[in-house]
Amino acid sequence: MSGMTGRIHSFQSLGTLDGPGVRFVAFLQGCPLRCSCCHNPDTWNLDGGEAYTPEDVVRRALRCRPYFGQKGGVTLSGGEPLLQRAFVAEVFRLCHENGINTCLDTSGCYAPEACDAALAHTDRVLLDVKYTSDEHYQQYVGCTMEKPMQFLRYLNQRQIPVTLRQVIIPTLNDTEVNVQALLAIAKDHLCVDKVELLPFRKICQTKYDILQKKFPFGHLPEPEKACMERLRSLLGVYGG
Amino acid sequence: MEHKNWNGFAAGVWQDEINVRDFIQKNYREYTGDSSFLSGATLRTQALMKKVQNLFALERQFGGVLDIDTATVSSLTAYSPGYIDKENELIVGLQTNRPLKRGVNPFGGMRMVKQACEAYGYKLSRKVEEEFRFRTTHNDGVFRAYTDEMRKARKCHVITGLPDAYGRGRIIGDYRRVALYGVDRLIEEKKKDKARLGEVSFDTEQIRLDEELYQQIAFLGYMKEMAAMYGYDISQPAANAREAIQWTYFAYLGAIKEQNGAAMSLGRVSTFFDIYLQRDMDAGILTEEGAQELMDDFVIKLRMARHLRTPEYNELFGGDPMWITEAVGGMGEDGRTLVTKNSYRVLNTLYTLGSSPEPNLTVLWSNQLPENFKQFCAKVSIDTDSIQYENDDLMRPIYGDDYAIACCVSAMKVGKQMQFFGARCNLAKLLLIAINGGYDTSSNMAIGPQMEVMQGDKLDFDEVMRRMEVYMGWLSHLYVNTMNVIHYMHDKYAYEKTQMALHDTSVDRFMAFGIAGLSVVADSLSAIKYAEVQPIRSDDGYITGFNTVGDFPKFGNDDDRVDLIAKDMTHRMITELRKTPAYRNAIHTLSVLTITSNVMYGKNTGATPDGRKNTEPFAPGANPMHNREQNGALASLNSVAKISYDDCRDGISNTFSITPEALGRTVEERMSNLVTILDGYFAQMAHHINVNVLNRETLMDAYENPEAYPNLTIRVSGYAVNFNKLSREQQREVISRTFHEAV
Repeated sequence: MSGMTGRIHSFQSLGTLDGPGVRFVAFLQGCPLRCSCCHNPDTWNLDGGEAYTPEDVVRRALRCRPYFGQKGGVTLSGGEPLLQRAFVAEVFRLCHENGINTCLDTSGCYAPEACDAALAHTDRVLLDVKYTSDEHYQQYVGCTMEKPMQFLRYLNQRQIPVTLRQVIIPTLNDTEVNVQALLAIAKDHLCVDKVELLPFRKICQTKYDILQKKFPFGHLPEPEKACMERLRSLLGVYGG
Repeated sequence: MEHKNWNGFAAGVWQDEINVRDFIQKNYREYTGDSSFLSGATLRTQALMKKVQNLFALERQFGGVLDIDTATVSSLTAYSPGYIDKENELIVGLQTNRPLKRGVNPFGGMRMVKQACEAYGYKLSRKVEEEFRFRTTHNDGVFRAYTDEMRKARKCHVITGLPDAYGRGRIIGDYRRVALYGVDRLIEEKKKDKARLGEVSFDTEQIRLDEELYQQIAFLGYMKEMAAMYGYDISQPAANAREAIQWTYFAYLGAIKEQNGAAMSLGRVSTFFDIYLQRDMDAGILTEEGAQELMDDFVIKLRMARHLRTPEYNELFGGDPMWITEAVGGMGEDGRTLVTKNSYRVLNTLYTLGSSPEPNLTVLWSNQLPENFKQFCAKVSIDTDSIQYENDDLMRPIYGDDYAIACCVSAMKVGKQMQFFGARCNLAKLLLIAINGGYDTSSNMAIGPQMEVMQGDKLDFDEVMRRMEVYMGWLSHLYVNTMNVIHYMHDKYAYEKTQMALHDTSVDRFMAFGIAGLSVVADSLSAIKYAEVQPIRSDDGYITGFNTVGDFPKFGNDDDRVDLIAKDMTHRMITELRKTPAYRNAIHTLSVLTITSNVMYGKNTGATPDGRKNTEPFAPGANPMHNREQNGALASLNSVAKISYDDCRDGISNTFSITPEALGRTVEERMSNLVTILDGYFAQMAHHINVNVLNRETLMDAYENPEAYPNLTIRVSGYAVNFNKLSREQQREVISRTFHEAV
């Protein structure tokens, strides 16, 4: 027993959207960013959620192992899981000890070297590249675009497979030009084998209401299905 | 023994004794390939199906019943032949002389027939009433013998849905025997069995069996007459695939003309048919398209089957179901899969003919099933919401590899085992009766052992459990005795001649008991144990409500603290039931299955300590209560998987609804994820799962605009229904269920 605990917002025993196959997903509490498009504002505050030991998390995950099949496993998402990187490292280490595939869903806004211990036991990173321009990053995320790019270069160097993900938000990045720019990033990094485009959703409005916070992108529309299909059709081999 | 119609079949003991399993094992060809060989519907099938769709639309317009023959008592030869489109049908035979016209069957009970006729604007003819004036029906017999306490238990709904006014069903004739052996050989074997009976001393059981055999033989004769009316001689074995399907269908048709049992299941015919289809295809006299066409025509006939029911009956078993359950797939004891090309064809009817609740297609799932077949099943589930899955790896060691499913989840060896259907008792109501010391506040009746109402400001867990033990003991004894009365009378006055003629003469019998409200009871006991449950008392001193303070573990979250309470309840129940011997040495079994009666059970049950309100529906079957699952779908499945099949040999039903988005992004992902979910669930020795892949919004829209969704099929508890055939109340309950959604 490490004696360590991590703060967790919630568990989803059946995750099919955050990494390959059927996955047990833990949403970690706390995030240093304040993205305007965030659909989990209830995970921002690091004091929220409940404390669990890494053993607790893995014990729960093991209960779902029969469902993982060949591809599934555990995904740590958030919030920003790397805010609790020592905890991530220990959960993933225990997963590997039990032969469970691991997936990290992150914004990549941390100095990658600081996350070495966690990355040592990470089988795949879902890297959320929120925009393809530094201007958008500065304005709607609150950090430079160089941060996730630096993180990506490091993953490339370590040869950790990466899925690039981006939420498509009408008026901001719902263009072919943007998707091509994203694909260019993918092509520059051999570790990227997949690109996922996710539609911007506003069902989180109620969460903002409960928290009495303003949803900065509450005025923007959700993308049309046809728009998503058109953009996804550009992905080619990365769309698989 | 040889027969020319068996040419090309591999020899075996099946020739010398009635042994369909041996015939299948010696002759079937497993198929591990994919679905690309399948054909679509032919023009003939499409045209016929169009007529059928029109008939279904008419039936809906007529309020659910197209026509009733009020003057003829249903039996095998009672009606002249009926057709949908005589020239264009490949497989023939209808229950009455016109499609969707329902017959009357008063053998189970006259009152129910009269009420059913009146509910749809008809009047039962005087002639039928006269015919039955000096006859005893099953219903008459039961009520002559019921004790006062049995009547009270029935009246206050602590035991409900008992088959005491209609046919009990849940018996599967081995309809394949007619195709393989022809009726003459079956009669000959039964005559031999009858002759042998005289060699032992005649006691009540032997004399009863002797008379039953007389009836079986007589009805095999009527079956031949019925087929002859359609121009077929079924005395000899079927000579080709079309005949094999036709002969089998005649056997089934005979059964549903004779009996209006609640569930009239088909058995396990697809792989059996495959042997005949393959023989014809090898001989070059049948194409793939032709094979699909035969299966399509057979399935169309099954979709036409109807029984006349009362509105009260529909409240329990919504959607006008017949439970024409067909078990598909599974593995053989020798390690070969029993999946054949025809397993694909029968599932393919959901595409060639469109999705449909009947026949109730039930895939026997094994981790060893061919991967291609698993993927195809997942695709069919995602596209049609019309199939259910049951664990072959769990059942095969118990029932061998030629068992089938009666109704929803009741396994039995085909032609060798049968069951006495026993509906279910209301465990949540029992908890309230126990707390109130033998008083049911919903019906205002004293029932069961009398003691004082539980005292104090807070319910004490140990005291509640002590009481539950007393009341479960009392109810179990009463329940078994009640069932004994029912099945004694059913055997006496409404014996299933046709179906039992298609069983071995010596059969094993199960007596199938059931419980409703398991998750309500588990959560209630958990609340009493882990939170503080303060009783709210009425003016006359009874506890009619609860104020529950604090949180407590809830079933459906993979939390042993409450899940093991649920498991323990089923174990206690079956243990108590076994203490009272069952009629005809039947083996006691237990199910956690509600059909749609969870709505009605809830309606008759007061508020419970888990926070469920007075009259609020229960969750169906073994499902966790709606929207109490906080850790996603797999945690919910894990909770249900903990209930032991050893305690619940009559099945544990779980209905799983998930949105397409929550199952994955692409169609391929959804298919492969559903496969691993099924593999994972069944690897934990879970028993059954209904899979619905749909959005709540679709159901809400169908609720408002039924005409836009004439064929919307959904799985409920152990069967599938046309959503529009459910009552408004049942529809609302289905909509309120947990839909596992993407976050």
